Amino acid sequence: MTAVAEQITGLVGALRGHGVRIGTGETVDAARAVEALGLADRERLREGLAATLLHGPAQRAVFDPVFDLYFPRGVGGPDGESGDREAVRDRLAEALAADDRAMMARLAVDAVDALGGYGSSPGSDGWSAYQTLDRLRPQTLLARVRTDVRGRDGSGAGFADRLLDDEIRRRIEEFRRMVGAEARRRVAERRGRDEIARRGVVPTADRVDFLFANRDQLAELRRAVQPLARKLATRLAARRRRAARGTVDLRRTLRSSLSTGGVPMRPVLRRRRPVRPELVLLCDVSGSVSGFSDFTMLLVQALHDQFSKVRVFAFVNRLDEVTGLLHHGRADPEGLGTRIHAEATLTGWHGSSDYGVALGEFAARYGDAVGPRTTVFVLGDARTNMSDPNLAAVREVAGRARRVYWLNPEPRDRWGTGDSAAPAYAELVEMHECRTARQLSALIARLLPV
Amino acid sequence: MFTSVDDVSARLAETGYLASPAVATTVFLADRLGKPLLVEGPAGVGKTELAKAVAQVAGARLVRLQCYEGVDESRALYEWNHAKQLLRISAGRDESWDETRTDIFSEEFLLPRPLLTAIRGDEPTVLLIDETDKADVEMEGLLLEVLSDFQITVPELGTVAATRRPFVVLTSNAGRELSEALRRRCLFLHIGFPEEELERRIVRLKVPGLGAALTESVVRVVGALRAMDLRKVPSVAETIDWARTLLALGADTLDETVVRDSLGVILKHQDDIQKAAAKLDLDAL
Ligand SMILES: Nc1ncnc2c1ncn2[C@@H]1O[C@H](COP(=O)(O)OP(=O)(O)O)[C@@H](O)[C@H]1O
Ligand SMILES: [Mg+2]
Repeated sequence: MTAVAEQITGLVGALRGHGVRIGTGETVDAARAVEALGLADRERLREGLAATLLHGPAQRAVFDPVFDLYFPRGVGGPDGESGDREAVRDRLAEALAADDRAMMARLAVDAVDALGGYGSSPGSDGWSAYQTLDRLRPQTLLARVRTDVRGRDGSGAGFADRLLDDEIRRRIEEFRRMVGAEARRRVAERRGRDEIARRGVVPTADRVDFLFANRDQLAELRRAVQPLARKLATRLAARRRRAARGTVDLRRTLRSSLSTGGVPMRPVLRRRRPVRPELVLLCDVSGSVSGFSDFTMLLVQALHDQFSKVRVFAFVNRLDEVTGLLHHGRADPEGLGTRIHAEATLTGWHGSSDYGVALGEFAARYGDAVGPRTTVFVLGDARTNMSDPNLAAVREVAGRARRVYWLNPEPRDRWGTGDSAAPAYAELVEMHECRTARQLSALIARLLPV
Repeated sequence: MFTSVDDVSARLAETGYLASPAVATTVFLADRLGKPLLVEGPAGVGKTELAKAVAQVAGARLVRLQCYEGVDESRALYEWNHAKQLLRISAGRDESWDETRTDIFSEEFLLPRPLLTAIRGDEPTVLLIDETDKADVEMEGLLLEVLSDFQITVPELGTVAATRRPFVVLTSNAGRELSEALRRRCLFLHIGFPEEELERRIVRLKVPGLGAALTESVVRVVGALRAMDLRKVPSVAETIDWARTLLALGADTLDETVVRDSLGVILKHQDDIQKAAAKLDLDAL
């Protein structure tokens, strides 16, 4: 194999490892793209390979760092002297003030070389983005860059000046990303790029465990709610169409009758709009699983017109209806969790979850929310803090509802460990592992009634 | 059609379309590899415009299939002209039904729709399948067939195969996820909001009367709005609208009053306007 063919094969393998589905046809196209574009312009190569190998925008977040490993900007450290910390900071301040991306990229190379190396014996040494940024502290350049920019424009008075701090912060964020890419490249030279492409590249937000997602990833997920909801709505609509029976479509019947001399022989059927189902959501919103519940509530809210009725209940150890809060909160998704905790009565004597009490309260106070057309989803890890799981309440709800599903954000092999009552609940209602947004959307597309 | 990526950029620019490196590269490849181009991205970033510009550059006719909910074969492929056929039948010449039938299913009674039109001609053609995500899933099956073989069978007339494959551009606002199969047929291009520098050039090109300083401020404010968590963030179309408005208002710098009075041009929802006003420190609206 030629070097380029090897690079493409490696790139494709690494992308597949991250869940991007690439067939042989696309791989052949990628090779043809490289041939048509040549290797001289790396950014064109990047775009050309992305165009042939990817099928959607979400895959780009994985593609870029992987591309940087298989088509690196060069080999080894910087061409010249990288300079010491102060020298790099001075030049970085200038580059940030001028918003000079090319210079920022060169400085990322210098910074990792000068500040990111650790260890001395082969096997224990490497390059760290974290260490580089910790020593360089680019965020502390903000005030200096601001002064620079204002001096340069001779202004500070214009309206757009109030945007300056945020703009500089975004540039610094971009620089941090460059440092991350450069450190990965240096490490890959030492350890082999296949391994770094596998381990060093963060998965897309929809594949991150709800239970371990950080704030940024949760924010990214919230932004994904609307597109995801639209996608699910399409799939539900398709299922609904398949499920529905038909009536006669006059126009199409007439049209097809032309081949029989205008005599309508075969009636053409039109699909009928079926009655939309009702949905009830019971959400554990205690700290451990709140990321999962919040996301699911937002998603269901975005899907509300798929149902004739949606009611949402939140609980920690007491339960309260939050349908209204969710409805009014569409404009402010990031505040949802806080609002629910502030405005609903969710805790009694203590702050930890108690499924037994909460489920009992639901059966007793809101039992009439559930009828033969209702599908109930329970969201939570089923960790009862050693209290009574109240199986009778679940049995009662299950008896009244059309279906009850339980979505558990914990990995299946942890169900039943410690204070998890998951196996007991799973005997009464269908319980599914639901660790990531990707799993959640697959489950929703399959389980939601239409 | 194009000799290089630079050639794509230069010739598109002549028609008034400023292509990012990603756009120019992908258009070049779509032409070279002979594959349909699927362009996805938010509304108002120049997807439709790109297809029009490519047609203009190539000296090709533009055939457009505008998708919408419920668009079907009879709108996309072809339809028989029923009214005319019925007239012909009731004119009742002295002939057998077989003869009549052969006659009413001839070219004369056929209404070609965009897909058939694009495949039939032998002049260079750009086929724009616009807003594909608005069509129903069934439509995708049809597109897939047409884009695989570039031929269409009219049972009564036979099979029409393209003598010259059109350059195909499909656009989508991602309102609905298009099927994997359709995506695999295409090169994929995501057009997002442009880099600041490109957006300044677009504004300069479309609204040449606006001063350089004001152009820069406009682009910066729009960039800041896009970073906010709004229901609908402004697109390039809104940037251009806003620039035109400012020009019409005779503003020469951006200040609080001007921004406050014209924010409605860039933001469409009242709660977005309020949120943006708060974040931009505009005094109470
Ligand atoms: N790169 C660009 N160069 C020139 N004009 C652009 C560009 N991007 C967007 N526009 C302008 O923005 C407006 C919206 O473009 P349009 O093609 O209708 O968007 P879309 O189809 O993506 O919704 C048009 O007036 C177009 O001229
Ligand atoms: Mg358009």
